[in-house]
Amino acid sequence: MFDNFPLWPSRASTAAGNVDALFIFLLIVSGMMTLLIFSAVIYFAARYRHRKGVLAEQIEGSTPLELTWSIIPLGIFMVIFTWGAVVYFKSRTPPRDSTEVYVVAKQWMWKLEHAEGQREINELHVPVGRDVKLIMTSQDVIHSFFVPAFRMKQDVLPGRYTVAWFHATKAGTYHLFCTQYCGTQHSGMIGNVVVMEPAQYEAWMSGGSNGPLSATGERLFAELGCVTCHRSDTQGRGPNLQGVFGKPVLLADGRTITADENYIRESILDPGAKVVNGFKPVMPTFQGLISEEQLNALVAYVKSMSQPAGGAKTSTANAASGQPDGNQVQ
Amino acid sequence: MPDTSKRRSKLSDSQAAVSPHEGLHNPGLLHHFATEEQQKDASNLGMWIFLATEVMFFGGLFCAYLIYRGWYFGDFAAASKSIDAALGGTNTAVLICSSLTVVLAIWAAQTSRRALLILMLVLTMLFGLAFLGIKGIEYRDKFVEHHVPGSSFNFEHEEVPGHPGQYANPRHAQIFFALYFVMTGLHALHMIVGLGIFSWLLYKAWKGAFTPRYHTPLEIGGLYWHFVDIVWIYLFPLLYLIDRHP
Amino acid sequence: MATATTVQPVERENYLNKEHGLGSWLLTTDHKRIALLYLISITFFFFIGGLFALLIRLELLTPAGDLVGADTYNKLFTMHGQVMVFFFLIPSIPAVLGNFLVPMMIGAKDLAFPRINLLSWYIYIIAGVMMLHCIATGGVDTGWTFYTPFSTAFSNSKVIEAGLAIFVAGFSSILTGLNFIVTIHRMRAPGMTWTRLPLFIWAHYATSIIQVLGTPVVAITLVLVVAERALHLGIFDPKLGGDPLLFQHLFWFYSHPAVYIMILPSMGVVTEVIACFSRKRIFGYSFVALSSIAIAVFGFLVWAHHMFVAGISVYAALVFSILSYAVAVPSAVKVFNWTATLFKGSIHYDAPMLYAFGFLGLFTMGGLTGLFLSSLGVDMHVHDTYFVIAHFHYIMVGGALMGYLGGLHFWWPKISGKLYPEGWARLAALIVFLGFNLTFFPQFILGYLGMPRRYYEYPPEFQVLNVLSTAGATVLGVGYLLPMIYFLWSMRYGKPAPDNPWQAAGLEWQTQSPPTTFNFEEEPVVTWEAYNYDEIDAGHKQEEVKVVG
Repeated sequence: MFDNFPLWPSRASTAAGNVDALFIFLLIVSGMMTLLIFSAVIYFAARYRHRKGVLAEQIEGSTPLELTWSIIPLGIFMVIFTWGAVVYFKSRTPPRDSTEVYVVAKQWMWKLEHAEGQREINELHVPVGRDVKLIMTSQDVIHSFFVPAFRMKQDVLPGRYTVAWFHATKAGTYHLFCTQYCGTQHSGMIGNVVVMEPAQYEAWMSGGSNGPLSATGERLFAELGCVTCHRSDTQGRGPNLQGVFGKPVLLADGRTITADENYIRESILDPGAKVVNGFKPVMPTFQGLISEEQLNALVAYVKSMSQPAGGAKTSTANAASGQPDGNQVQ
Repeated sequence: MPDTSKRRSKLSDSQAAVSPHEGLHNPGLLHHFATEEQQKDASNLGMWIFLATEVMFFGGLFCAYLIYRGWYFGDFAAASKSIDAALGGTNTAVLICSSLTVVLAIWAAQTSRRALLILMLVLTMLFGLAFLGIKGIEYRDKFVEHHVPGSSFNFEHEEVPGHPGQYANPRHAQIFFALYFVMTGLHALHMIVGLGIFSWLLYKAWKGAFTPRYHTPLEIGGLYWHFVDIVWIYLFPLLYLIDRHP
Repeated sequence: MATATTVQPVERENYLNKEHGLGSWLLTTDHKRIALLYLISITFFFFIGGLFALLIRLELLTPAGDLVGADTYNKLFTMHGQVMVFFFLIPSIPAVLGNFLVPMMIGAKDLAFPRINLLSWYIYIIAGVMMLHCIATGGVDTGWTFYTPFSTAFSNSKVIEAGLAIFVAGFSSILTGLNFIVTIHRMRAPGMTWTRLPLFIWAHYATSIIQVLGTPVVAITLVLVVAERALHLGIFDPKLGGDPLLFQHLFWFYSHPAVYIMILPSMGVVTEVIACFSRKRIFGYSFVALSSIAIAVFGFLVWAHHMFVAGISVYAALVFSILSYAVAVPSAVKVFNWTATLFKGSIHYDAPMLYAFGFLGLFTMGGLTGLFLSSLGVDMHVHDTYFVIAHFHYIMVGGALMGYLGGLHFWWPKISGKLYPEGWARLAALIVFLGFNLTFFPQFILGYLGMPRRYYEYPPEFQVLNVLSTAGATVLGVGYLLPMIYFLWSMRYGKPAPDNPWQAAGLEWQTQSPPTTFNFEEEPVVTWEAYNYDEIDAGHKQEEVKVVG
């Protein structure tokens, strides 16, 4: 609307339209209900203002009326609930071949690292028309990643990953806010999401990086000695990690869990928690020995071991072909 | 709804006027109650509701315990093994006996056995003190073994029961001990309050305040004591007997 | 609408003048005096909380953080929340109006446990002193929600003190609830059956259930936070193996029902006022009574709707969302019943009724915005923004506080024996209504635009709405000052009140104004239904003389 006095946030993602539609429906329902109650109250208050000699009429109640005005609102509420649930479900289910960005929140800044290796602080560059999945963790307290223009918000927790995704639809620069109170500079923990046209994005991407995140992870994998037990040619003292990510894993205690980002992370920091069936609990813990960024790199590397030969997926390849990767094992 | 038409005594206004009640005048009847029965009912209901709040109070701790036990079962089992089940079991027996003496005390009051009443109250308190003493020994043991959460906590190289070669995660074991101390500590605090209540009951019993007609404080004090006992009966297996085998 | 009576030539003995001296007040067991002790204390804390609010709104006049420092601002909103929730709203109606009226409405001489009632006040005072000390020696900056691990491992403020103060305050609440439940069960006068009880009593009964069952959970949660902070136990800290989400579950398990502690009594007041000033029995008595109970029960099942984006599973979120819609139904039913009560009534516009009207409008709006927040799709966007702040202030201030003020006006003649000045009271009601809307409606828009909560500096495009909000806050402040002033004025200069200035139904109105210490000269025997306005009005001539103070 007005530049200095907006009354509605910009709409810059696919989710934004869905959320706005639901919101407008709620506005209409609420508006009608408010109008109904207000007019009834005002009308009754005026029409039945006390008059000399006129007594009030004692009306006990009316069960049919009570049932009506319980069931109809309940019905409307169920419609709202279902619609909201559908929108929410979509927003919490990242599409299979999203571009991934790792986010590390700390008091009081956002550190972002693209899978291709570009690092940013308090800014996130993304292309229009791409599904982007954020894999987020915090170094200290709970934060929350909030981009109003995308109608997207997810709390960022210490000790585990939380995930959010969006599909930007309009180029521009949009606010990024931390929206879970996190201490002194909570209101300073803000930044921008810069949505660019694909060509501009490619140009920006080629402006230097440290190489793909998974390559960093591969380096760490060797440096930290992981490769001695987790061999890729045969079974060592630890499970072979080729093709593990995204698949079910049978644990020593009989449970079966899916190897997602949180499982990989937990296995590095607390190896005794979920020992794989058939292996001894001999892996040492790396708690306190590696940073969040290094963890992200290792997770990215393990994920890359579940992709077709050729190593880390690059967004350049995707952008050029315009097609999502065919054999993605996500 | 009880037949209340009988309760039509004139309740006097402010001045400590003597409006004779129907029947015997009991100095234990507080002025705002119409009958002794009403007063007794109110006291009883009040204590039951208070115990409900206590259930919720401990409930938060039990909830935290159940969640972490589910997540870190092996580590909890290892930590549980390191606390003394024999002492814990003894304490369980001590508390059960103390609840018996409480019941006997109330029976003694109901049957005008003043000497027995006083004896039972004293025994109850002795059992309570024994409980606290044993608890103190246990806490001291934990302190000496560096199992108290904090900077000097140490739980390295403790095997997970049933999984030779696998060691418990000290951080998870520390959570067990944190819950152990908070839960048993809170329980012990309630025991101390209980001892205070029973000291007062003992004093009143000594002065002859309790009769077959009026011994409500004994009953509601007893309810409290039984509750504290029941909390322990839940605590004992949950804390001391995780994955134990004979 | 009061009937004119002759002014009493000699002041009758009542609970206020029966004994004099500080000791007679500080050692009283009279529920009415205890109610006044509470009135003074919570008003004091309302001022403290209000002062913090004023500073917050002044800071937010400009986008830059220029009035106070960041840490100070964080303390301001934290302590505004803590003081308002725990030291004003939760006690307010139950401890003041409930304490005063529950025994009288059921025909009893006092509550079941008068000494516990006094103890309850002393516990509140101790907690209050602890809180004031915390505020004075640096304050706390965790937000009233104390989220871990910030509160346990990162904040450099007085978390332990504040946590302990609130822990202690909780016991005051528990004991009041316990007292009310036993009183309502056991102390009703002959003939006062459950279905003849005023709905104010039903509302307080439901509230007391929540106080008794919910408060202990926040108490133990705060114990754990204090222990964690002091001893690094690891229960909520992921670095030590704990789970910060466990804190949130435990905290909200109480703090959601807590909001029903804050609103149910106000609904009880509004019911009494609407019945009296429509001269009618409440439409659908049993439905309104059962709605109070339903709200209390369902209110315990919805806590994680505060955690939809906190990291809980999608399936958990679905469950809590649908339950949150279930709890909205009884509240809606009440609004419809109040509105239907006006139908074919004989409506008077005295100040208490104006507050009730205000309640109807503002609670409706606040409640409807709850539907937005319960909707997973919308909550994703507006959670932790000013939309939430606007929502709960509509309910707490537009709802609970309006009800409290309306109740104070309605029962003021009974409590003080004096009439407040009606003209000023109507003006104040209007000012409060307008100021309130100006303060909080813009915040809905700010929230949807994306302005986060707890921000002391913000992007410039949010400024206009913030300025409107602050302007409203100053108007609202004036609206609150007026009753303080004229209530005090009326105690000295107000016209003496008749025993039943409103010709209201209810046993409390059959006592003196102000009542004697033991309320009734004779134990009443109830043979009539609640809200028997037809009988009351039929027995009176229709010459009505307005008594304006």
